[in-house]
Amino acid sequence: MTKTILSTKEVSAKLNNKQKVLINGKRYNADPGKTILEVAIENNIFIPNLCYDPRLKPQSACRLCAVEVEGTPGIVASCVTKVEDGMIIKTNTALINELVRVNLELIISDHPMDCMTCEACGNCMLQDLAYLYDIKEPTYKGKVHDKKILQDNPFIFRDNEKCILCGRCVRMCDEIVGANAIGYAGRGFECEITPAFDQSLTETECVFCGNCISTCPVGALQSKPYMKKARIWEIKQTKTVCPYCGVGCSINLHVKNNRIVNVYSDIGANANKGNLCVKGKFGLDFVGSPKRLTSPMIKTTGGKFKKVGWDKAIMTVAAKLEAIKKNYGPDSIAVLSSAKCTNEENFLMSKFARAVIGTNNIDHCARLCHASTVTGLIPTFGSGAMTNSIDDIKFADAAIIIGSNTSEAHPVIGYEIIKSVQENGLQLIVIDPRKIPITKYAAIHLKQKPGSDIAILLGLMNIIYNDNLHDKEFIENRTEDFDRLIKCFSSYTPEKVAKISGVDKEELIKAARVYGSAKNASIFYAMGITQHTCGTDNVIAVADLAMMTGNIGRKGCGVNPLRGQNNVQGSCDMGALPDMLSGYQGVENDNMRWSFEKRWSKTLPPKRGLTVTEIIEGSNSGKIKALYVMGENPMLSDPDLLHVAASLKKLEFLIVQDIFMTETGEFADVILPSACFAEKDGTFTNTDRRVQRVRKAVNAPGMALEDWKIISMLSNKMGYPMNYSRASEIMDEIASLTPIYGGISYQRLEHETLQWPCRQYVHSGTSILHSNTFARGTGKFIAVNYTPPAEVPSGDYPYILTTGRVLYQFHTRTMTGKVKGLNEMAPMNFANINSENAKKLGINNGDKIIVESRRGSITVNALVNSEIKPGVVFIPFHYADSPANKLTNSVLDPKAKIPELKACAVRITKAF
Amino acid sequence: MTVRSLNKISRKELNDIRDKTIKESTLNDFDKKYRITVHLGTCGIASGADIIKASVEDKIDRLSIKNIIFTTSGCVGFCALEPMLTIDSFDKKSVTYYSLDEAKVEKIFEHHIGKGEIAADLEPITKKSRLYDFFKFQESRVLRNRGRINPFNIDDYIANYGYQGLLKAIELNNSDEIIKIVSESGLRGRGGAGFPTGEKWELCRKATSSSDIKYIICNGDEGDPGAFMDRNLLESDPHSVLEGILIAALAIGSSKSYIYVRAEYPLAIETLTHAIKQAKEYGLIGENILGSKFSFDVEIYEGAGAFVCGEETALIKSIEGKRGMPKPKPPFPANEGLYGMPTLINNVETFSNIPQIIVNGAEWFNKIGTSTSKGTKIFALAGAVKNVGLVEVPMGISIRDIIYKIGGGISGENEFKAVQIGGPSGGCITEEFLDIPLDYERVKEAGAIMGSGGMIVLDEETCMPNLARYFMDFIQDESCGQCVPCRIGTRRMLEILEAITKGKGERGDIEKLEKLGKAIKESSLCGLGKTAPNPVLSTIEYFRGEYEEHIETQKSCERLHVKIKVKKV
Repeated sequence: MTKTILSTKEVSAKLNNKQKVLINGKRYNADPGKTILEVAIENNIFIPNLCYDPRLKPQSACRLCAVEVEGTPGIVASCVTKVEDGMIIKTNTALINELVRVNLELIISDHPMDCMTCEACGNCMLQDLAYLYDIKEPTYKGKVHDKKILQDNPFIFRDNEKCILCGRCVRMCDEIVGANAIGYAGRGFECEITPAFDQSLTETECVFCGNCISTCPVGALQSKPYMKKARIWEIKQTKTVCPYCGVGCSINLHVKNNRIVNVYSDIGANANKGNLCVKGKFGLDFVGSPKRLTSPMIKTTGGKFKKVGWDKAIMTVAAKLEAIKKNYGPDSIAVLSSAKCTNEENFLMSKFARAVIGTNNIDHCARLCHASTVTGLIPTFGSGAMTNSIDDIKFADAAIIIGSNTSEAHPVIGYEIIKSVQENGLQLIVIDPRKIPITKYAAIHLKQKPGSDIAILLGLMNIIYNDNLHDKEFIENRTEDFDRLIKCFSSYTPEKVAKISGVDKEELIKAARVYGSAKNASIFYAMGITQHTCGTDNVIAVADLAMMTGNIGRKGCGVNPLRGQNNVQGSCDMGALPDMLSGYQGVENDNMRWSFEKRWSKTLPPKRGLTVTEIIEGSNSGKIKALYVMGENPMLSDPDLLHVAASLKKLEFLIVQDIFMTETGEFADVILPSACFAEKDGTFTNTDRRVQRVRKAVNAPGMALEDWKIISMLSNKMGYPMNYSRASEIMDEIASLTPIYGGISYQRLEHETLQWPCRQYVHSGTSILHSNTFARGTGKFIAVNYTPPAEVPSGDYPYILTTGRVLYQFHTRTMTGKVKGLNEMAPMNFANINSENAKKLGINNGDKIIVESRRGSITVNALVNSEIKPGVVFIPFHYADSPANKLTNSVLDPKAKIPELKACAVRITKAF
Repeated sequence: MTVRSLNKISRKELNDIRDKTIKESTLNDFDKKYRITVHLGTCGIASGADIIKASVEDKIDRLSIKNIIFTTSGCVGFCALEPMLTIDSFDKKSVTYYSLDEAKVEKIFEHHIGKGEIAADLEPITKKSRLYDFFKFQESRVLRNRGRINPFNIDDYIANYGYQGLLKAIELNNSDEIIKIVSESGLRGRGGAGFPTGEKWELCRKATSSSDIKYIICNGDEGDPGAFMDRNLLESDPHSVLEGILIAALAIGSSKSYIYVRAEYPLAIETLTHAIKQAKEYGLIGENILGSKFSFDVEIYEGAGAFVCGEETALIKSIEGKRGMPKPKPPFPANEGLYGMPTLINNVETFSNIPQIIVNGAEWFNKIGTSTSKGTKIFALAGAVKNVGLVEVPMGISIRDIIYKIGGGISGENEFKAVQIGGPSGGCITEEFLDIPLDYERVKEAGAIMGSGGMIVLDEETCMPNLARYFMDFIQDESCGQCVPCRIGTRRMLEILEAITKGKGERGDIEKLEKLGKAIKESSLCGLGKTAPNPVLSTIEYFRGEYEEHIETQKSCERLHVKIKVKKV
């Protein structure tokens, strides 16, 4: 385990390594490799600048950061000049001040003086410098740039009249985002920044992340939806965590009059370094949506919902649950916890299920995404989480992305990978049936048949072994059972793998060599690996590949499952699982269960409960009578929706606790309105095991309450006291019962984030797992074999359907569906089919088509191109009006109980 | 990409080709009495040289003349007199006819070819004529082959001891030794900045990177208004540039180079493309060159017309397919250049100097020149001189000699006023400095820069503020736009200059120009901005009175009865 606490020896060694520089006559220690500007900023020495952003490579365009260095003639730009030992630097000589003034005067001579109405007023670096240098009006008169506003898109407003051409937005779009949507055009004074050929941004590869806005030092770039909402001094800023995917971007909510009026991120933030994606930046309108649930509701006999007060609602729920428990026993009740809720709320939900109801029937959507990660990585490594950190990517020489549409589903991790490809020469291998956007940066793309991943992974291992690229020392010292693995992969010759998977043999060999010979290589995967009947085996194969090449336990290596929901890692950590208490303590392990029983003063059920898919099945069979759903929407996210609907209808009692009315809510007997992420305190744990504080920024609408408060009220009503006055008290309880969270407290989280395991208060967290030993001792190679998906294409159903996400929507659109701009960008569902197939079927791009499986059919628009492998159909699962999960197969992986959402057989016909 | 050749020549065969070609082209009294060379540079063609060529061919054909070798070459350098042709005779006499038309060609055939006597009434250039001064005082080293060889025939180059430098470098088989010769020669970069070439090579040889790749770039993005040294070299002697590049590659350990040529130089590109093709056919470019272990490839990259791409970091970005915008140095290209790899960038003229230095030795080269500036330098002599053209002069020659001896003095009735050296990055030299020796440092002290070779002679009629305005207009338009002082500062300077020259200047404008000029020079990102104010500052220094007069009288240039006389070449 890596500790970041330094010994005194290390501290003094580090100090000795520092370079001593003299700035304005004062001595400073500086890290080698830092620029003069960076050292000055660290030491609060003022050097004016406009084009510097620590996220970007310096361009040295504004020329304001000039300093004088003794021995160097003229001036040097401090943003690009590295410190050297003994350097004597002056930042405020007469020459420097003169130059800064002239250049500022020049900028201002081509800048409108409309600070009074400018959106950036109070948040403008040029305004600050003009104030400091007392420049009231343009010194030089002459031509100025005409007003030129580019805003024919939902999110980004550009006024080139205000642009100072610092180039930060261009570098951001190139270096970090990799979209290259904008660039310089024209020469000399006429130079300006624009999309190529003055296109609309919607015609470019712009992903509307808004990071260009976050770096603009003046008012040239603005967030269109947030304009004219507030002046910077009117707002209150609250630092919290983005509610969308598992990257866990730190966000600052700007709030005025209880409304979110803008979103930014701190440049120093841990997970995202100040970068955001379109959903984090522009997708929070749902918080203040008029469609929010504001009152508890009970379904009347007529089937209509009637608003009631909390007392009535809680009384009804408590009474009904008590009755069902009494009549059918506690295991007739099940609970779905939520990866959207905080750690504290998931922990309480687990406590509620186990201590109050007395059942282990608790699960959540992790079952549908990364259950197989846990069942695959626990036996091989001993821990089912991302082994490395997001920040680690920059140390990798090669990386495999398999079954992850990284730049759409985890955009900010996509940026890190793209940046590393561009800056560090990372060799990227993408294994995906589609030409997903990040493939643009891939050295190799293996376009496989959905469900053939194990064959490919074993094929890679076979080539690596035959080329003698495996890490013998690592295998010898750190692992067991390699012999068994050899036996299993040796029959997977490149020819055989090419035949099974449809990938090019030579490309496969090339990929094996790139990954096998890299000094540090990491693997990123997501649901393309996990959502299969062979999901567990897929994950094991990934683990085997990483272990045999020794790519575990170091920076730039590892096996990195990318978690889909903001707190899906935390929900698992908190024991919102039928077989685990918090911290992956087995519920069937008497010792582990006992410590909870002691603390909770209640005997807990000793046998594992039902999973999500089993709960739905149980509802159908009558085994489950009551279901309490918190922040989930199985009526859209689960496979075989017609079956889900039938099952939910059979329930005696369904409680849905959510921020909006959902497809599942329609079936409910009681609706409980809850507060969303921006309306509560708590913690989220992101994909790299980083526990971060969630802070309340606005008040919840109407009567809506924090989920933990609702659970507490219900519990109290049912006779089990839960008297927490604030979320931090729940965290204290978590820390006392959960060794991997043992050192975590709100006090510590106030100023830092902590990656678990963090066992004591003096422990600074763990950025890399398994660095000296595996969590289970040695790494265990497990032999797996390729098995085809449960449903393979056949005569009646000749195509393979695979499902996934698009950038502008999230999950079941409960949140993104309420954001106007996002729906302008991705208004409706589509089915991506290959041009060859389309031609045979007589289908043109945009035609309405019917996609039909053995379970149902939907009508969608065809998206015809050659980016998808022939024979494969891709449909996003977000859209309720043509839900892909009506088609998917609910057949389960036997170990993880995860359904095979990523491959089933369908047929396609043109709709008339 | 590797280049394979079926006709790779050996070292011996190279010499065989040389001897054979010399033999074949030697004139005699029998079947090769005359050699007629029509000079087909861009300048010549623009004046109708291709019509002259057709006319000559037609004559030879029609008159069934058998004892003539007919050939073409690049430009001879005397631009003012195009189109031209040269007749060499078996008796070693050489005569150049100029300002030709079809009637004159008729006359030449009638007298010179027909009767064996010079067509005297055409006043051709012979060693005795006054116009020969233009050549007499030059020192043709880099330009030694101009007008003499057919640039489309590699054998012609080989016959003139071409590729002997490469041969020697390969035989030396020692990069230290090659770099030592270049260093000791004292050659400095001819692109303008004058960085010692040997030192640059050494830096690049020592530079290390993650891979072993090193690139060479030949900078042929000649953009100064009125400068055409590189174009002429590429058009008339492309192999000398290629040979220089090959020797550099051997010295620094590179296997790939790009020659960056402006797309506005179609003939240079055509000539160079053909030269590379022929060199590849002989295996002089490709694998195992001349039987050695040395392998090398050359590719032409056409510039898209941005002046700033002559700046090396912008040029590199341009080759990488990005917008040509300079970036801060360090890192210098020698350490981190094209695609992040160590890259040697030299100018066309610099490379062209190399083969002879290797063949003749460092001492041969540094024998001429001053203590800090050795060898020769090519200038595009233009403006108010009689003999406008491309001249190669020994370092150390006085500027007065260039103007009066080679240039034949001031054209027209007016007196000399100043000479502008270094184009939009340069400055003016006045009468009092005309006797300084040509030398990087001394020219700078006198207020100009050596530059890439633009030399514009100005007479009394030239309005100096207007001249400054002309250059500023050019440069502000060519700023890449990324840095503030260059993008906005040059624009503001232009606006002030425009006001002054229109008679609308205000008191304090000169001081504003000085203040802006100083700030732009100090704080610009790249060489373009750092030198952009030079023409203004230099003219203010020497001709402040003209600025003041404009402002005080509120008169425009026209009304002050002076005009800009920058002839476009």
